[in-house]
Amino acid sequence: MSATADDIARPAQPQPASGLARERWHAACRSPTLIAGLLILAFWIVCALFGAGITPRDPYADDLLATLSPPSAAHWFGTDQLGRDIFSRVIVGARDILIVAPLATLLGTVLGTALGLCIGYFRGVLDDVVSRIIEALQALPLVIVALMALAAVGTSNATVVVVIGFVFTPLIARTVRSAVLNETDLEYVAAARLRGDGTLAILFIEILPNVLPIAIVEMTVRLGYAIFFVASLSFIGFGIQPPSADWGIAIAENYSLIGSYWWTVLFDAAATASLVIGVNLVTDGLAGVFDT
Amino acid sequence: MKDVENGNGGAGHGASADALRFENVSVTYRSGRSERRVLTGVSLAIRRGESYGLVGESGCGKSTAAFAAIRYLARNGRVSAGRIWVDGRDLMALSQAQLRRLRAQSVSMVYQDPGRALNPSLRIDRQMMEVFEIAEGISGDAALARAREMLARVQIASPDRVLRSYPHELSGGMQQRVIIAMALSTNPALLILDEPTTGLDATVEAEVLDLVTRLRAEYGNSILFISHSLPVIARMCDRVGVLYAGELVEEGPAERVFRDPRHPYTVGLMRCVPAYGMRKDRGRLETIPGFLPTPGSITDRCVFVERCGNATERCAREVPPPVTLEGHLARCFYPDRAAQLPRQSLAAPAAAPLAPASVSSPTGGGAGATGAAGLAVPLLRTQHLSKTYLISGKRFHAVHDVTLELWPGETLGLVGESGSGKSSLAKLLLGLSAPDEGSAIELSGDVLPGRAEERTRGQLKALQIVFQNPGAALNRSQTVRRLIGRSLRLVGLSGPAREVRLREIAASVRLTPRHLDEKPRQLSGGLKQRVGIARAFAGGPSIVVCDEPTSALDVSVQSAILNLLVDLQAQQKVSYLFISHDLNVVHYLSDRIAVLYLGRLMEIGPSDAVFSGPHHPYTEALLSANPSLEEQGAERIRLRGELPSASNLPRGCVFHTRCPRKIGAICEREEPPLAAAGERHAIRCHIPAAELGGARATPANR
Repeated sequence: MSATADDIARPAQPQPASGLARERWHAACRSPTLIAGLLILAFWIVCALFGAGITPRDPYADDLLATLSPPSAAHWFGTDQLGRDIFSRVIVGARDILIVAPLATLLGTVLGTALGLCIGYFRGVLDDVVSRIIEALQALPLVIVALMALAAVGTSNATVVVVIGFVFTPLIARTVRSAVLNETDLEYVAAARLRGDGTLAILFIEILPNVLPIAIVEMTVRLGYAIFFVASLSFIGFGIQPPSADWGIAIAENYSLIGSYWWTVLFDAAATASLVIGVNLVTDGLAGVFDT
Repeated sequence: MKDVENGNGGAGHGASADALRFENVSVTYRSGRSERRVLTGVSLAIRRGESYGLVGESGCGKSTAAFAAIRYLARNGRVSAGRIWVDGRDLMALSQAQLRRLRAQSVSMVYQDPGRALNPSLRIDRQMMEVFEIAEGISGDAALARAREMLARVQIASPDRVLRSYPHELSGGMQQRVIIAMALSTNPALLILDEPTTGLDATVEAEVLDLVTRLRAEYGNSILFISHSLPVIARMCDRVGVLYAGELVEEGPAERVFRDPRHPYTVGLMRCVPAYGMRKDRGRLETIPGFLPTPGSITDRCVFVERCGNATERCAREVPPPVTLEGHLARCFYPDRAAQLPRQSLAAPAAAPLAPASVSSPTGGGAGATGAAGLAVPLLRTQHLSKTYLISGKRFHAVHDVTLELWPGETLGLVGESGSGKSSLAKLLLGLSAPDEGSAIELSGDVLPGRAEERTRGQLKALQIVFQNPGAALNRSQTVRRLIGRSLRLVGLSGPAREVRLREIAASVRLTPRHLDEKPRQLSGGLKQRVGIARAFAGGPSIVVCDEPTSALDVSVQSAILNLLVDLQAQQKVSYLFISHDLNVVHYLSDRIAVLYLGRLMEIGPSDAVFSGPHHPYTEALLSANPSLEEQGAERIRLRGELPSASNLPRGCVFHTRCPRKIGAICEREEPPLAAAGERHAIRCHIPAAELGGARATPANR
């Protein structure tokens, strides 16, 4: 080992010492899409956290003398059929959907990622069977599947989380599977086998960190759908239940009045839309950041 | 020459005599807010009918120069200074329409990867006819006839079959021929070949180079030939330019540059390549210390100063001007001293060789320090090792009946074209895929289970691998510390003891502690491969499979890695199974060499015997195709036809369809046995060993 100055790796290359994490952070800070989405999300999260504490009026108090009054200085978004302040109810209504939709998405992501890792790694018969089942499930309208499941197990926030989580599992599994297929061909997996790593270690320690960015982007995509999904279920009475001030319920209660009393529906609908848009902006932004 | 309407050419400069002319060209790329200059003040001229080679390591600006020559730089790149003339026309003054016509008619480019240069969803006829439709305005049968004619010119035996094919139905060599045919269709004034043979096997490479040489003689096109391979450039080019960090550091007639290089970088590059016949016990390989600087980062001194053994204070203070001596340019203050560039290998002892006696001992292999006495059992033995894949009902014989032995401390080189089963064999040994019934692998006399998952920790520890592509072989989400550390679990180390061992191993592959906390993407290719080697050696293996460990690396990095492998072997007494397509590298490192063809062992024996002959006709062809700086102009043996499919093997000797020395019906009927051809040397051929070729000069003792 003498006189091998030739071999010594001289730190000459001014490679960025920052690392991937910091680079991604810089990319995130420069992404207007991501920032706009995060601002929208942050607004609704604040509403959900503080709820009735920050509303100008009591969102649950009836005022039978002021039913269906149009937007005014007293009631910025007007009042509903029972005279409740719609502005306050929109703020409070963020809470349930912001609990149910993210939890459902998270459940679906965790299960879907685990399933995707397994079928992508083992391939073979397992992959064939599970992939066909996933395709069959995708042929069915998801709302109908969820409806039937909820009808069977009964409706509560918890069952909605579980049902949507299960419905999303195969979709996320598919995305993760294709990412895993690319990874298993890389030789670092062979190297792990050759040092005696168990299958679980290979799946979760070696492969998972490399497919996580893809799973996270997929999760945010699903979150947008989940919000929409929960709102739809609530609208048809199988999602979040009254007396919650949930937007979907409010729309369901008032949509027959939309001709004369548009404010009873418009603001709840706009709130739902803004939340979905916010999530989708975050999704686009994140995908860009992970691409760097 | 074709359209004269463009009067603003550089006729006044006398440039019209040149097919391509760069005058002080600089190219910059914009990234974020900063600009990087990747080409700095390059001036060169390619005369009509001349073949000009551009050589240098990756990142030196070779491809950028090629793209600048057709004004086709990436969106963030621009020619920031200087002028370029193509075929006498000022490239910078052309409108988009004129530029398009120029690219269609006067310049053609052939890229490295033929598979990507062809459109996978169009048949060859469609793609070739398009060339004529655009460049000459002919179509239909006329264009088809021209396409057929061009394919015949690049010596494709059945042009009609090729015309009806999709690109994926053709081999890499055939694809590259089609692309060359398309490039020559318009008889361009300038043909740019950007690493045209880098992805091809040596035998195919030799064929393609032959073809280019012949076509050039026929058509008289000017050629800009870009390659990292000095032997290829030396063979193909009249003049050569050496690029380093975006500067042309040396230029001159190829023969002069290679005989009498006047820039230390050229000297370093030439010394890095293991010369034909050089072996590890006869000397270390030269390396170029340090790293390529970021192009454009050095403006106030010589770009090569930090890596130059001849550098003086002046080199660190001033930019050396180009010095020209009889048409031979060098950008160096001391061009006359280049040949005396200090050798590092003289300072270091020759890589602690195995005792020569043990190398030639009749028991086989270098028993070396392990003590030859009690070793009747080889470290690794395969018996009738076969692997058959069943793919959609067809049987693919990847490896067939391979019986070989590996002795302690020995290096067995494994050579053959791609598709010959080298990597499949390695996978079988490692247990990454399970062999067919009836195969046996023994480690020190004990039978090894076929799959890695069934092997014990000790067995896993004994057999490790260094992969070809360090980028894919290292988990990109882990730090170097973790990458190496996880392999230490095999030896059951933990806590501070593990950290100590980790640093030892890192130091043994010459990684600094600073590298331990970095992730693969922060490391250069050579450093990544060091991590890969550290990982393989972490558990204290007795056999390391090296699967083309340097083929993804530049030559100066390759030599450092090969030196490292030799050092580690001398220290740790491991055995190597060294797979490579580069025969000089295999010969440098190996004690014995095995030649595979279509999964069968065609020849096995001591390196020098395999190289000097008698050898199998296939080995002979491989050796003949092997490019080397020393043997320009030697007579070449070429293989005909293509590698048969492993699902439909020829009867008899599998090589008979391409064998230049086929003797007759017996070759088609009977598979020859692996017959002794000398001490520990066996050849699978019907021709008696005494009559087999061995005409190659015995490797000189350099």
